[in-house]
Amino acid sequence: MSGFGNAFSSSIGKKFIMGITGLFLILFLIVHCGINALIFINDGGLTFNVGAHFMATNWIIRAGEIVLFIGLLVHIFQALRLTLQNQKARPVKYAVNDGKANSKWYSRSMGLLGTLLLIFLVVHLKDFWVVSRFTGIPTVDANGHEDLYAVMKEKFQDPVRLAVYILAMFSLCYHLLHGFASAFQTMGWNHSKYNGMIKSVGVWYSIIISILFAAMPIAVYFGLIQ
Amino acid sequence: MSTGNMNLTLKVWRQKNNKTKGALVDYKLTDISPDMSFLEMFDVLNEQLINKGEEPVVFDHDCREGICGMCSMFINGRPHGPKDLVTTCQLHMRSFKDGDTIVVEPWRAAAFPVVKDLTVDRSAFDRIIAAGGFISVNTGNAQDANNLPIPKMQADAAFEAAACIGCGACVATCKNASAMLFVSAKISQLALLPQGQPERYRRVQSMVAQMDAEGFGNCTNTGACEAECPKGISLENIARMNRDFASAKFISEETV
Amino acid sequence: MSDMNSNIPEGELASKWTKYKSSVPLVNPSNKRTIEVIIVGSGLAGASAAATLAEMGYKVKCFCFQDSPRRAHSIAAQGGINAAKNYQNDGDSIYRLFYDTIKGGDYRAREANVHRLAEVSANIIDQCVAQGVPLAREYGGLLDNRSFGGTQVQRTFYAAGQTGQQLLLGAYSALERQIGMGKVEMYTRHEMLEVVKIDGKARGIIARNLITGEIERHFGHAVVLGTGGYGNVFYLSTNAMGSNVTAAWKAHKQGAYFANPCYTQIHPTCIPVSGDHQSKLTLMSESLRNDGRIWVPKKKDDTRKPSEIPEDERDYYLERRYPAFGNLVPRDVASRAAKERCDAGYGVGASKLAVYLDFKANTERYGRIEAAKAGNHNPDKETCMRLGTAVIKEKYGNLFDMYAQITGENPYETPMRIYPAVHYTMGGLWVDYNLMTSVPGLYCTGEANFSDHGANRLGASALMQGLADGYFVLPYTIGAYLSKEISIKAIPTDHPAFVEAEERAVGILNTLINIKGTKSVDHFHKRLGHIMWEKCGMARNEKGLKEAIEEIRALRAEFWSDVRVPGTADELNTELEKAGRVADFIELGELMCIDALNRNESCGGHFREEYQTEEGEALRDDENYAYVAAWEFKEGVNFELHKEELKFENIKVAQRSYK
Repeated sequence: MSGFGNAFSSSIGKKFIMGITGLFLILFLIVHCGINALIFINDGGLTFNVGAHFMATNWIIRAGEIVLFIGLLVHIFQALRLTLQNQKARPVKYAVNDGKANSKWYSRSMGLLGTLLLIFLVVHLKDFWVVSRFTGIPTVDANGHEDLYAVMKEKFQDPVRLAVYILAMFSLCYHLLHGFASAFQTMGWNHSKYNGMIKSVGVWYSIIISILFAAMPIAVYFGLIQ
Repeated sequence: MSTGNMNLTLKVWRQKNNKTKGALVDYKLTDISPDMSFLEMFDVLNEQLINKGEEPVVFDHDCREGICGMCSMFINGRPHGPKDLVTTCQLHMRSFKDGDTIVVEPWRAAAFPVVKDLTVDRSAFDRIIAAGGFISVNTGNAQDANNLPIPKMQADAAFEAAACIGCGACVATCKNASAMLFVSAKISQLALLPQGQPERYRRVQSMVAQMDAEGFGNCTNTGACEAECPKGISLENIARMNRDFASAKFISEETV
Repeated sequence: MSDMNSNIPEGELASKWTKYKSSVPLVNPSNKRTIEVIIVGSGLAGASAAATLAEMGYKVKCFCFQDSPRRAHSIAAQGGINAAKNYQNDGDSIYRLFYDTIKGGDYRAREANVHRLAEVSANIIDQCVAQGVPLAREYGGLLDNRSFGGTQVQRTFYAAGQTGQQLLLGAYSALERQIGMGKVEMYTRHEMLEVVKIDGKARGIIARNLITGEIERHFGHAVVLGTGGYGNVFYLSTNAMGSNVTAAWKAHKQGAYFANPCYTQIHPTCIPVSGDHQSKLTLMSESLRNDGRIWVPKKKDDTRKPSEIPEDERDYYLERRYPAFGNLVPRDVASRAAKERCDAGYGVGASKLAVYLDFKANTERYGRIEAAKAGNHNPDKETCMRLGTAVIKEKYGNLFDMYAQITGENPYETPMRIYPAVHYTMGGLWVDYNLMTSVPGLYCTGEANFSDHGANRLGASALMQGLADGYFVLPYTIGAYLSKEISIKAIPTDHPAFVEAEERAVGILNTLINIKGTKSVDHFHKRLGHIMWEKCGMARNEKGLKEAIEEIRALRAEFWSDVRVPGTADELNTELEKAGRVADFIELGELMCIDALNRNESCGGHFREEYQTEEGEALRDDENYAYVAAWEFKEGVNFELHKEELKFENIKVAQRSYK
């Protein structure tokens, strides 16, 4: 990559990586959320399990999963690097700094929100991904598919887990509220005629995605679906 | 908003030079007129200190009309104080209330080391401009100015970017002490004009490289810089710079 | 009567410069590389000269007291820059710009210099546009112009109300380019304290590093001072807080004559003083007079709000007295007229030392045009005002904001209150046609020299002169001197002349520190300013000037025995910096009064009450005072007058009339 010089080691290059991986994760969330939403068909998880089965067996998806993990790790690793560098850029802190006067708290707290999401991710992966990939799903549904739906119903009976998931979705929402528009800004995709649209799509995306995700454990816990 | 004269408590950063440690020191001021500028209030404080035989507070200031970019105080947690779109020298005491405590600190960034008290070294900005913030035209080589029509919208946009006064408030307020707004304003000004095209992709690469070498932080797009910029320089400039940087690195064949 | 040689080339006025340029000796490229030039000051005149000389191949060192060359006070110029481009097809020409400038300067400028200035004016605009300076444009993409005082054409180029900023940033970027290439060594936060002379020629400077207090010696084959004006001698002025005369004054003390020090420009449109705490005055650009009408109430001591004073009870005194130029008379005329009205008891505002600058009529007119553009040919008043306000906002938005910020009033709704304030000094170091002072090898450019504006500078001409000197004049004329210096090797700075100059500088610093008196530097500066404003300000008379000279001498003695400078000389010490500057201002103030007393006539920025027409206009004495007064410094703060006669061969000298 010598032709690209310091494209990715420069400050802007590092941000490109954050932006690209962020946008990639944003796309992934749409897919994830779409499959999850299948539970609201309320057919005892049959359709959901079809989706889950497809995701688990299709080789393109499996390959994509590797890319996804790489993207996620790069996003995290790069964020840590940037944070460390940013800390060094201001060795002496202000005694008084009125951040709220000029920016949103979640814009200034992406590291914190991201860390919360990372902790949640560990719980979440252990709950579902480890089960479906490694330890195995114990039952099958009426169609003979592995019954991930049943696993989910069981997990979400736990009120602590419910609380963790809901809190995590708040973090996700705020992380996305900043991250969506920020990624576009970083990539330089900025145009006076489209800026408004990017901003509102970002806000709606963050809210809808987070509500849909949070709706799952809530619906299960309160028995709103079968 | 205050109309009568005010009594104030100041907490001012005092630091002898860049080798010693500094601290906030309390000062009481009485009978401050609301028509005074913030720096004139400091003049009053300094006159008092001199009369008491103490050393006055050193702070950068020059034109006192908001254009030279020299004044640079971090006032109650905000660069240039509580009012939007003004520099410290244009901030007037009517923006404060009788009895207020005002904390005044220097710009804080690794790239802006404290020189003394509230004065910092902003020469990093000059080095960034020296790295490419110009059009390479020697005196005497210019064609007639009207041979190159420039659409008004473009000229106006270039002017808005060029209005930057290089005060460093963007760096001071950024949670990461990033200089992206400053750098992008100059890059944008020249990128928007036809005269700036020949060096466009060279310029963005060398200026960004110098910015990184100076030890500024990275941009997190919080927008604090734009909100605090006394000249209202827009975040769009940062997007434009990023776009140009991408073009320079991935499309242009020129490497710097 | 002349005892000065200004080295003006022979020949026709219009071809002098062209011929001179092609015959001036050159320095070949390899010699340029070994020739060092010191430039003090990084404003329009300094930065442009530094960049251009470095481009030509000279080794350049540039000094400024600010933290960056970009902060020089040229940055604060608002309105614009003149150039004889005739883009508006309104009959402008080099001759007309030359004529307007000579006339505006009340026939006290050198013809050859002013003509050269007019000749190169067009190149400046070309150069700046090529550098990417975003000057205002029309929808067709071509450059826009506005008009300024003292002219009847539109030749002023501008960038909103920030023209000086944009031009300076252009010169600064050219300078930074050379710094980046290693061709200019930049010394920021450095103050020049002495000129070093060897065998009668300027060979370097002594500078103080303002951060460490270290005293440095720098050699140069030639030294250029582009250090700006001395308006701060009045304490309150529109100059930056740091603007000072020290470099020019030290040069003066080393033999450079100081010319026409009494010519002070009092700008008519500044924000009035609000109280004793005031540290500086803020200008409202002259361009506002394009669209603002100046008036006072017809009734004395009228305390009504401006909005309550009906049209027929207002006195638009400039339009009344000067129908041809109206609100666009030159600055000296407008300032005196404002003072006359206020002194007569018609002033407005709490202090009664202000007149109104009213935008209402033109706001409405613009609104009508905008409405018509949008197809509404019969708009109501409210619509007109709304649309017109938008136009005004686009033209002068930043100035209106600044006014609102400083006064707490909204100028879109109520007229601005304005009053004259010290703004520019036409006087400065005497220079010949080559811009060389009376010390060989010591040059002076921009506001720091006396040359082109005579007794009064027209609006938008300062930027023109600064850049003309730096980009297009000095780089040629300095060759005439340097071509004879190519055999001189860099002189080591342990030469006795450097040692001696350093001792002088250090001696002054130590003296100031060791006085340990009871009063702050500002205390003396304010008192000096008060004397100067009252007795050597907008109007002067013999009695007042004589008093002023005595008072200033007494103040000088008191300063040197009772000033208090805290801290030491080997650290960043802003009080010490100020003390050195005020010491020089005190000596200069005395010279200004002496010069004003010597000039028994009124002209431009010098108004002697004894010499006025029946209508109160300035009354020149061409027979006896058509000369440049160039003062030589003599031991013990004494001054000797030298005269350079001004010959007007291409322009008919007349009583200035703007009626």
